Amino acid sequence: MAETARRTFALEGRSYDGDGISLAPAGPASRISLRAPAESLAALSEALGLDLPVRPKASARKNARAALWLGPDEWLVIDEGGADLMAICARVAALHSAVDISHRNLAILVSGRRVEDVLNAACPQDLSVARFPVGAASRTVFGKAEIVLWRIGEDAFHVECWRSFADYVFGLLDAAGREAVR
Amino acid sequence: MLLIHCPYCEEERPEAEFRHAGEAHIARPQNIAEISDEEFERYFFIRSNPKGLVFERWRHIHGCARFFNAARDTVSDRFLKTYKAGEPKPALDGEG
Repeated sequence: MAETARRTFALEGRSYDGDGISLAPAGPASRISLRAPAESLAALSEALGLDLPVRPKASARKNARAALWLGPDEWLVIDEGGADLMAICARVAALHSAVDISHRNLAILVSGRRVEDVLNAACPQDLSVARFPVGAASRTVFGKAEIVLWRIGEDAFHVECWRSFADYVFGLLDAAGREAVR
Repeated sequence: MLLIHCPYCEEERPEAEFRHAGEAHIARPQNIAEISDEEFERYFFIRSNPKGLVFERWRHIHGCARFFNAARDTVSDRFLKTYKAGEPKPALDGEG
């Protein structure tokens, strides 16, 4: 019997580099699902060190930390530096709910000149730069899985999905990357 | 794909992000323990199901996750208007 268990990343060793498209799992990050009413935003923004966006589909980013607008009172806060976001929110007295989802989600970085075509293989949203500009973020669907899309560059998206959906989402992205041609 | 305007996201989004959630503007009686079985049946089970203009609840479940109301024509499947939950029923005519 094994004495110790090694934690393996859901997408360990998976990546794809093709013509105009590249897929790579993002490194670990801390994440929280943050719910709060409008009156609490100032205090939470100050504690987190960035302005929580209030416009639909908007995001805010400062250094390794980003806050994505998911709904009128809901944000996904991601810290790629691994900061303890729960401890930061716990110091805020204003009404809010923060749930640690660091291990529920993982991210796949999708980039290249064919990025819109590859994502549109299974995501029905309009991903043209005019409708989904750099910095835009939205919860949506990718095939049968729910994902959060975040455009981090004109040719680059950060795709968040649940860990248990990672194999499905990566496999579908991989298949689309091999098939979608422009 | 059918596009539905989400009043919270303030834009048209693909149908696949939404889920239907039954008839809208059904108010729970304040005196639920006192009403008769027939009145309860009318409140709880009986829906209008007309041909033409219907007012429905929809949920942008794979988007902002909010419930909102929509006026839809069941003949043409066209969404005539969507509006935030809690707002009054808009005055509209069905397309027939």
